[in-house]
Amino acid sequence: MDEPINLVLFSGTDDKLQAAAVLTAGAAALGKPVNLFLQYWALDAFRRERIDRDHGLAPEAGAEGRGHVEALRIAGQASWAETLRQAKDLGAVDIQACSLSMDLLGLEESDLDPLVDGVEGVTAFYLNAGEGQVVFI
Amino acid sequence: MLETTPTINRTIDARGSFCPGPLMELIRGIREAQVGDVLAVLSSDKGSKVDIPKWIEKAGHRLIAVETLEGHDRILVEKAR
Repeated sequence: MDEPINLVLFSGTDDKLQAAAVLTAGAAALGKPVNLFLQYWALDAFRRERIDRDHGLAPEAGAEGRGHVEALRIAGQASWAETLRQAKDLGAVDIQACSLSMDLLGLEESDLDPLVDGVEGVTAFYLNAGEGQVVFI
Repeated sequence: MLETTPTINRTIDARGSFCPGPLMELIRGIREAQVGDVLAVLSSDKGSKVDIPKWIEKAGHRLIAVETLEGHDRILVEKAR
């Protein structure tokens, strides 16, 4: 089996989550297993009642960048959450919440969107990552 | 353009869908198809004409044609396994 690709999602803005979702879907399309590990503000964005909200953009987007992102959304681009749902349907995509970040944000597993498969610590994340690349977004 | 167009069993109209949407729609279509079926994907995403043929090769299907049409590309693929 292919080594997995392992994405650590830290940033919780819609542009970075969208980029991560596209990377995930592409790997899943190629049959590569993908592990997503949610930390800090990315985890916050996966809260059940917040996942469909506007999570803003990275500071470098600026007003012009916001216009571009908005234009794509109006043109019908799937949200990052929807792209991740499709990626899970396509292949082996496992989404885990970082237990430290769960404590930091005071979250229970029931607070998270069903996209999240579970909660684990950093050791389990590295063990599941094996020899696969780790990317921090 | 092909001189003779093979019989297309299903056309997936993914125009207006952004990367990697058209590929994901094709993969779903391939799963539902029978071996030997020919699928056509219509895509306005500029990456599709590069990405989809590469995926077809990796996945072991047969690329029949990539056609550039008005405002979109049409990719024909035969499910081979």
